[in-house]
Amino acid sequence: MATLLRKSRALQLLGLMFPGGFWMVVFFLLPLLFIVVLSFLDNERLFTLEGYQRVFDPLYIGIFLQSIWISLLTTIISLLISFPVALFMARLPKGWRDIALFAVMIPFWTNFLVRTYALQFLMRNQGPINLLLQWIGLIDEPLSMLNTPAAVMVGLIYGNLPFMILPVYTSLEKFDWTLLEAAQDLGASAWPAFFRVMLPLTAPGLLSGSILTFVPAIGSYVTAELMGGGKATMIGRVIAGQFEQAQNWTFGSAMSLILMVIVTIFALIYFRLGRGERVAL
Amino acid sequence: MAQLVSASSSAPANVAGESRARVSAGRLVLTTITAATFAFLYVPIFVLIIFSFNQAKSGATWTGFTTEWYAKMFANEDLIEAALNSLLVGTISTLVAVVLGTLLALAMERYSFKGKAFWDGLLYMPVIIPEIVAGVSLLLFFAFIGLERGFPTLLAAHVAFTTPFVYLTVRARLADFDRSVEEAAMDLGADEWHTFWRITLPLLMPGVVSGALLAFTLSMDDFIISNFVKGVGWNTLPVYVWPQLKRAVSPEINAASTMLLLFSIFIVVLSLVLQRRQSRI
Amino acid sequence: MKSDFAIELVDVVKRFGTVAAVDHVSMQIRPREFFALLGPSGCGKTTCLRMIAGFEQPSSGQLLLQGKPLGDIPAFKRNVNTVFQSYALFPHMTVAQNVAFGLEMKGVGRDEIRRRVADALDLVRLPQMADRYPKQMSGGQQQRVALARALVNKPEVLLLDEPLGALDYKLRKEMQIELKQMQQQLGITFIFVTHDQEEALTMSDRICVMSTGHALQVGTPLEIYERPNCKFVADFIGETNFLPGVVTEISGEYATVNVADMSLVGRLGEGVTLGASAWLSVRPEKMQLVDEARANPSALNTNSVTIDSVAYVGSDTRVVVHLGGQRLDVWDENNISTLDPNFYFRAGERASLSFPADNALVLVK
Repeated sequence: MATLLRKSRALQLLGLMFPGGFWMVVFFLLPLLFIVVLSFLDNERLFTLEGYQRVFDPLYIGIFLQSIWISLLTTIISLLISFPVALFMARLPKGWRDIALFAVMIPFWTNFLVRTYALQFLMRNQGPINLLLQWIGLIDEPLSMLNTPAAVMVGLIYGNLPFMILPVYTSLEKFDWTLLEAAQDLGASAWPAFFRVMLPLTAPGLLSGSILTFVPAIGSYVTAELMGGGKATMIGRVIAGQFEQAQNWTFGSAMSLILMVIVTIFALIYFRLGRGERVAL
Repeated sequence: MAQLVSASSSAPANVAGESRARVSAGRLVLTTITAATFAFLYVPIFVLIIFSFNQAKSGATWTGFTTEWYAKMFANEDLIEAALNSLLVGTISTLVAVVLGTLLALAMERYSFKGKAFWDGLLYMPVIIPEIVAGVSLLLFFAFIGLERGFPTLLAAHVAFTTPFVYLTVRARLADFDRSVEEAAMDLGADEWHTFWRITLPLLMPGVVSGALLAFTLSMDDFIISNFVKGVGWNTLPVYVWPQLKRAVSPEINAASTMLLLFSIFIVVLSLVLQRRQSRI
Repeated sequence: MKSDFAIELVDVVKRFGTVAAVDHVSMQIRPREFFALLGPSGCGKTTCLRMIAGFEQPSSGQLLLQGKPLGDIPAFKRNVNTVFQSYALFPHMTVAQNVAFGLEMKGVGRDEIRRRVADALDLVRLPQMADRYPKQMSGGQQQRVALARALVNKPEVLLLDEPLGALDYKLRKEMQIELKQMQQQLGITFIFVTHDQEEALTMSDRICVMSTGHALQVGTPLEIYERPNCKFVADFIGETNFLPGVVTEISGEYATVNVADMSLVGRLGEGVTLGASAWLSVRPEKMQLVDEARANPSALNTNSVTIDSVAYVGSDTRVVVHLGGQRLDVWDENNISTLDPNFYFRAGERASLSFPADNALVLVK
């Protein structure tokens, strides 16, 4: 037996792949295929395109576009915030850099639900911000900061910022600063040196961060629910609604499939741009 | 002439002064953005912690210090049960995911075989696919095959979405693995079995440990998937607190959130301590 | 059956895909011999070593350990140990644990392990380092631990894969002497892979020069340096001038080559035939430059040359001369001490260059 196992790489491979492979096929891939099938079946299990027809209702097209728009904006704003932060961190002396990294890591590992709730608590009509502003006398009536697309976006940025800062920081930390000096030595002023040298070399980190921000944003449910309330609707909320209240599985499945396709398209663009480099965790 | 000389000689000095001013202005901008970002990340968390000690039953008006909500929380049997459920599911699914993920990493990194690209994609998909889609797909799947939802379905789902993260972490470590160390062990008389247990696994351990911590955190934090696959009476902590977060009826939820935060911070510190110890070798 | 050889390679071929990394190599390595596999990177020397160790299986041919075919015996059952180029020390084990590993695997008793580990660390002069981790040691110390870890198992053959490559120059020189002494003291066969010809010449009893998967020549350092059997070996080991010409006469052990209308005589190399084009190979230190006035122009291998450049390097003076359109390097030993700047030839002057026929080799082109 032992010698057989030693000789046969096929047998070794089977032993290593089977348990995890089986689990992933049964409890991940198969259910996803179910979605594909069910999106074409009505309640009597007959073929239908009704689910997809409903997706093209202007109402839902609008929700899709709004979700994509909010997620793209979230990603761009996160990137614009993260780059200077990561740059600042990468230029810190070693000890301080570790502390700053630790400070980014904590939200990274902290319960997403709780963090989003903390932000929502802060921004409520009767929340600390409003009470503080009223106490100072800047406002008379509480500002209504929640239940808007902007609130959802603030929530998404807040929730996913560590996922952007960390990969951007990693690529900046690896960056060889003498290259900037070399570029300036060769006559490039600060901006060309930044765009021609620094940006291309740190692009993999920026791309990783972008995909790690965009994907959770477009599929967000918790943030949409807590920050957007009933008003600013994201795809995630619509899908969940079809399985909770509406019980329209056909439509829910069709929406899920389209969401998957959107995410996959963005992931493929990322892999193409990043030459197949994997997202750093 | 003298004027000309002094003018031309002072020009470079001016330029240098200007660029120095620009550098320090740039630094000021970076520092400000970084400080604001960290404030943005941390203020909601600290405010939440502070208000978990507030006497007021509702709203954000500070009426006095109390630990009443913590006492209430620990007396809340449903909440305690949900927390224990979370720990149970987190522990078991992490153990299973660590084994499955490590075996998969070994297979995918060390063997070449037909259909490897398929597995590569499949094992990466859970990172990309929105949780909401994974959740509803499992709901449909369990409903369709007639499996009643409960602890087993919860466990199956948690293993399925955490295994890929263990796999990716361990595989990254394996990719950097110096194979000559294994050859050295074989050269010194260790067969494949001994080489694996004495050399490969111990050296892989940092990857396995961080994979395990990641899996445990993801499992403990998961709300969306758990919400779809849990059975009646099988609440995990995030699933239990969700409706209360949405309604925010009692400051007790602030206390519970604070506890979850502290737990997350504990995990970060633990992971850092483990990493430190590993890097000493 | 006790073989005369510690290791024997019989017509061994190793292909990686379509590339033959080792191409029909045969060699015999004697017991207690310090044997070097020398060649540029990619010549197949490391692959040979890995096949002996058991990390690679030959595509065809046979390897014998003391007369017994190794076949597909796995690495962990071969009484052969390796010192790796990167040392491959186990980073999660102390020095003592590293050294003890092989003995543990053999099931040696605990007390004996302790004793033999201590002996091995004494041998490499690191007795006080037993509880250190590899990361806490210098490259030279790590190298010694790797050596102790291999030697503690008393292997029949010790394989060393460029073990000194990562050390700085001075340390490398010290280790060369130490390794050689250790090998003589222990009486173990050492097979040593290197691309450094000086290292091979200093340490080895015999050298096998390899290139593109072929074993070109096996011989003592003296044989390899003084009587290279082909242009590659002559070129790879030391410095040599090559003069192209046509063989006009062969008599006994000597051949005459016509180089740019000059007749030069050298020792007859393997496979050289009359009328064929050939290389006349002569090393820079084996020629003499004298004043034309004092030379006998009709003597054998004596020709008038123009001095092209002169560089004083201390132990000798390195001169480039022109001989019938060829540039030649000549190293003239500085065996007279003087500060007179006019003592030696200067660029542009003429001189007479000569060398005995035994100092030159005629090699196949």
